[in-house]
Amino acid sequence: MIAELGHFALALALIVTLVQATIPLVGAGKGWADWMRLATPAAIVQFALLAFSFGALVHAFVTLDFSVRLVATHANSLMPDLFKFTSTWGNHEGSMLLWVLILAIYGGLVAVFGRDLPLPLKARTLSVQAMIAAAFIAFILFTSNPFERLFPVPLDGRDLNPLLQDIGLAIHPPFLYLGYVGLSMAFSFAIAALIEGRVDAAWARWVRPWTLLAWINLTIGIALGSYWAYYELGWGGWWFWDPVENASFMPWLVSAALLHSAIVVEKRAALKAWTILLAILAFSLSLIGTFIVRSGVLTSVHAFAVDPERGVFILGILLVAIFGSLVLFAWRGPAMKSEGVFQPISREGALILNNLLLAVATAVVFIGTMAPLVREFVDGSKISVGAPFFDLTFTPFMVLLCLALPMGALLPWKRGDGAKVINKLWWAAAGALVIGGIVLGIQTGSALLAPVGIALAAWIIMGVLVELYERGGFGRVPVGTAFKRLIGLPRADWGKAIAHAGLGLTALGIAAVSAWEIEDIRLAKPGDVIPLGPYEVRFEGIESLPVGAPFNALTCGNASSALKGDDERNFETTIGRFSLLQDGEMLAVMCPEKRFYPVQQMPTTEAAIDAGLLRDVYLVLGDPSQSTGQWAVRSYYKPLANWIWIGSFIMAFGGLISLTDRRFRVGAAARRGPSPIAVPAE
Amino acid sequence: MTLMRWIVLSLALFLAAPTYAVQPDEILEDPALEERAREISKELRCLVCRNESIDDSSASLARDLRLLVRERLLEGDTDAQVKTYLVDRYGEFVLLKPIFSMANAALWIAGPFLFVIGLIVSLYYIRARRPETPQTLSEEERAELDRILKDR
Repeated sequence: MIAELGHFALALALIVTLVQATIPLVGAGKGWADWMRLATPAAIVQFALLAFSFGALVHAFVTLDFSVRLVATHANSLMPDLFKFTSTWGNHEGSMLLWVLILAIYGGLVAVFGRDLPLPLKARTLSVQAMIAAAFIAFILFTSNPFERLFPVPLDGRDLNPLLQDIGLAIHPPFLYLGYVGLSMAFSFAIAALIEGRVDAAWARWVRPWTLLAWINLTIGIALGSYWAYYELGWGGWWFWDPVENASFMPWLVSAALLHSAIVVEKRAALKAWTILLAILAFSLSLIGTFIVRSGVLTSVHAFAVDPERGVFILGILLVAIFGSLVLFAWRGPAMKSEGVFQPISREGALILNNLLLAVATAVVFIGTMAPLVREFVDGSKISVGAPFFDLTFTPFMVLLCLALPMGALLPWKRGDGAKVINKLWWAAAGALVIGGIVLGIQTGSALLAPVGIALAAWIIMGVLVELYERGGFGRVPVGTAFKRLIGLPRADWGKAIAHAGLGLTALGIAAVSAWEIEDIRLAKPGDVIPLGPYEVRFEGIESLPVGAPFNALTCGNASSALKGDDERNFETTIGRFSLLQDGEMLAVMCPEKRFYPVQQMPTTEAAIDAGLLRDVYLVLGDPSQSTGQWAVRSYYKPLANWIWIGSFIMAFGGLISLTDRRFRVGAAARRGPSPIAVPAE
Repeated sequence: MTLMRWIVLSLALFLAAPTYAVQPDEILEDPALEERAREISKELRCLVCRNESIDDSSASLARDLRLLVRERLLEGDTDAQVKTYLVDRYGEFVLLKPIFSMANAALWIAGPFLFVIGLIVSLYYIRARRPETPQTLSEEERAELDRILKDR
């Protein structure tokens, strides 16, 4: 019964979105305030209906209602409770429902918090939001109904893919969707601005926090996904340039560009048309990402052709949204005249370079991701485009970006003095070169990866320090005053400094782990000692547990698991016990596992990681060798690996700090109503 | 439904494989040769996997290819010869880094090409945004102006 109510609420939501998509839009065109005002309650009702619908699906999963086909195919009574809940979106239908729910959350937030938005802009924005929602709700209702019943009702379900039975991957999709879908706000604002034919500082101030929010979530989502791959897939890789990863990375790159260009629109009334285009592209890439992941087209054109219903539906939405918005852009975009003037060497110039590099990097990823598809379509030839290609073609643009960042961040608006900036940054440059030189000197190999990468990271981080030093006025005013000034800096400036430092730390982690990882693969038996960099790993023994053993049946040092206590294991497991030693002293007990999930007949490996700020030690237990009683053991020493993700989270934190800047709350309100000419905020 | 099953299946193939990749018994005794084998393996696709190199994959085909690569290296092939050998047998699909050919030109050139185009467009835009639109100035006047601006 509850499932049917959920289905019904979804159908009602479709009707509400159709009303919300049309009435306020017409009202805005005709200047009818009543019609425009309808957008707000409609968005709230739409949210309530979708929340109810999603809640109904969650209920079906948590109570294991196997009469719902989706539950029967994606859950199992042996599953821990947490995963019963998260498997709601561990499948196509449920994840699409989550997608539209998040869309409705954003719409609802605009409806509730957008009181100060000019009425026509708000009406048009919410109307565009509703068009997207209508398309995707129709997609769910007509091709991917999550509430479909199953008869006869099976006794038990088929379980969730064991790899998805993991806390990291359970919370990764909601963050990713909060990012993907959040970019719809920037898109809707851009379309509304195109219809209105005006982009001003107030518009930029409205669009930036939404983009920032989406970007923060995308950053967290991607970092979580990458960390999941790192510990779950079993060889410690953290980025594979897989089409599905690229699908989330492209919107991230474009939204990062958008964040920067919106600043120029806000402060200097330039780059208007470009910013609108970026907003359209960012969401278009999100849609393309959804299409890629949901249609399977990139795995093979043939897979797509076997059952094209869903793929064609999303492709239709994609084409209408992208071509519709680009045609609108071509028609109305030229009217977006930039007013601000500036010299090439200026903050504006630097931000244009930032946008250029991010946009080209996105294009490289896009073309690389699509090339196999295009080649197969054009002449039937099959090629592969993988990590070695992207490493080679993508990295140079990121290196340029890192090189330019500290200088650009220090340039003033309008007109800058290159010599002055270099003058301020010389010790950061010198420091980076010295650090790079030291790295080059102490490392044994001859590869330039580590020295160059670490020098770049140092350059960015010290650049941030120089910027803070300058902003505080250290050396010009008393130290106390300088600290006070520093504390009094706008949150947006702190956000900028923190996010940039985060990028530097991520670069540091990437360079260090790529250059200095130590790997050891060997056959070992209990009692053997494996040397690993500065450590030794001693193989202590092997233990096995059957299905149904509680999680606390076996403890491994003080390592903890997200699932504890009396929950029963829904898998068989073989656990290797290892001691991590340094100079004969015991540092940790490590227990890599091999699991077997009987319902899906699938084996998985669980790596054991002794994590630290300076290094991770990473152990994987392989197959036993029948004849000798030895086990394949893979050990890794990964220096600074965790900084890849710590840096990413610091980037996201910087975004969050910037989001709390009062300008986004107070400033826009102060500019209520039309402001025909944006005043340069200098 | 068939499509979904296919996706799940391919996802399972890609993700599920308990990844031991290179097995202890495959490793060559000569560390220099083994190092080369690993580097080559990273650029070869496990043909039945989803976007995985044979170095990362646990599929049995990947193991066969890894052994084949090591065999060729022991025979004295250069890195390039090993790759050519595999391309001859399995087609260009086996390379994760496409060869630089006419058909792939667009793929390889795209980044630098777009960067140059973007740079030119940006410079035009920036020029148009200069405080005093310099269109009315002659080359000499502009040089003079630049000199003055620089001296300031």
